[in-house]
Amino acid sequence: MERIPILKMGEFLLVSIQVDMHDQLALTLQDDLTAMITRTNVRGVLIDISSLDIVDSFIGRTLGDIAAMARILDAETVVVGMQPAVAITLVELGVSLRGVRTALNVEKGMDLLRSALSLAAGGEANDLSTA
Amino acid sequence: MRQKVREWAVALGFSLVEQTKLVTAASELARNTFTYGGGGAVQLEVVSNTVRLGLRLTFEDQGPGIADVELALKDGYSTGSGLGMGLGGSRRLVNEFEIESRAGEGTRVTVTKWK
Repeated sequence: MERIPILKMGEFLLVSIQVDMHDQLALTLQDDLTAMITRTNVRGVLIDISSLDIVDSFIGRTLGDIAAMARILDAETVVVGMQPAVAITLVELGVSLRGVRTALNVEKGMDLLRSALSLAAGGEANDLSTA
Repeated sequence: MRQKVREWAVALGFSLVEQTKLVTAASELARNTFTYGGGGAVQLEVVSNTVRLGLRLTFEDQGPGIADVELALKDGYSTGSGLGMGLGGSRRLVNEFEIESRAGEGTRVTVTKWK
């Protein structure tokens, strides 16, 4: 079966979608990613969609679902690299990706994940000190 | 199917944003034809009025039909497990949108994007 590769880099999982995303492929990615988050204990997931030339309501929903599932599994998700024409179309379609963190490119996405995690770590440290 | 629509839109000289809107609308409508209509056919044609060219897509199925078309066009309404954005959303991505549906006979959606 066709699969999108998931790479582990330090405390993050990296996914770069380089193929035409059909519905079954999106669902397989969702299953693979959630399984991999649990198995590897990572705290962050970065999904690069710069090669996707459309994001329709199904792919949009799957990205939102992945972010929500990851959050429940204690991992942050950031979606990076959306093409401007795709962003324009998505909003007009009525899919606003609420609840999904986005960044312009991989580098900014990594920064966002790191700062989200260090904030979370800082919060825990404070909690400990006051306990 | 998406690829074909893209090729035609490029050949007609649509801008990247217009291509993206049309391909996205086609993706939504094809999913409806497949999921709710039990499969069907898509027809692509180049159309022209006196001043401009356009691309027209017709999605046809012999499925159960849509009981209440107005309701089906509403954002967030779905009889399936979808977001309910496909039909209403794709209408916003094109210039002309027509839907004909008969209970027990099927559904035909015709969309046109003018250049």
